[in-house]
Amino acid sequence: MIDLDDTDRAILRALVADATRSAGAIGRALGLSQPAAWRRIRRLEAAGILAGRRVDLDAERLGFGVTVFLGVKLATKGRVGLEDFERAVAAIPEVQVVQHVLGLYDYRLRVSARDLADFERVLRRRIMTLPGIGNVEANVLLGEERRPGPLG
Amino acid sequence: MHIDDTDRRILRQLLADPGLATAELAERAGVTAATCWRRLERLAEAGILKGQHAVIDWRRLGWAVEVSLRFTLDKTHPRAFDEFLAAARDVPEVIEIQTFLGRVDVRLNVIARDMGHYQHIYRDRILTLPHIADIESLMLVSTIKDTGSLPL
Repeated sequence: MIDLDDTDRAILRALVADATRSAGAIGRALGLSQPAAWRRIRRLEAAGILAGRRVDLDAERLGFGVTVFLGVKLATKGRVGLEDFERAVAAIPEVQVVQHVLGLYDYRLRVSARDLADFERVLRRRIMTLPGIGNVEANVLLGEERRPGPLG
Repeated sequence: MHIDDTDRRILRQLLADPGLATAELAERAGVTAATCWRRLERLAEAGILKGQHAVIDWRRLGWAVEVSLRFTLDKTHPRAFDEFLAAARDVPEVIEIQTFLGRVDVRLNVIARDMGHYQHIYRDRILTLPHIADIESLMLVSTIKDTGSLPL
């Protein structure tokens, strides 16, 4: 693990707000030369702290009006069961996120669909037919916000 | 704004690799660089393409624990949602806030350095949030899939 100073944290905050900014623009905003800013960004990437970037889209206007989170309990357990389930669920294009969790459910899924009818189709044909699937709870996403997190 | 197959092709490639330069993106989408640039401008102006943000790997920064906390709020109080959300935004360890339609009202994604630290945050910052009727926690074991992509 590498130690971060205030400048590194400021760079992280700037890139979380807008990942398309160049090293030169970030340097100017923070009083660093372009090469100095570039070196710091490269170091954060090399350490795996900057783990890529995401495009922010208005999914609704692209025809994906519904996002549903599913809590999934497996009916059958055991190592083979988990691997089969994970492989099959990760291959569904409408499933954006698959997380193995501890608690009331075994997995958390984020599913993107065109509308509720489309979601029902995905649920019936793709999710409920997954190997080992048990109890499923659905919650429809109304809104979400990312927070900067503990970056000082 | 009407979105056609060319827009979808460009967006698909952009979602798959957000760091691409316009020239490279154009080549992968099978359009000229000028067309690609114009289409991206148009999507941005229409508010469909909202920008890009960097993804931080908190584990690499020493935040080893991630918990998904699901809240049911006391909805007899008319300002329950607003007051709960405002207070949750003040907790630096909250990295994501989502609201739902379903059995769960709000979900907070909370990170901590270790279990001791998590217990401290949970007791001092989470249980003190206003209007909580019920809390369930799901502890993240591993992320199997996490894509910002849409099945365009």
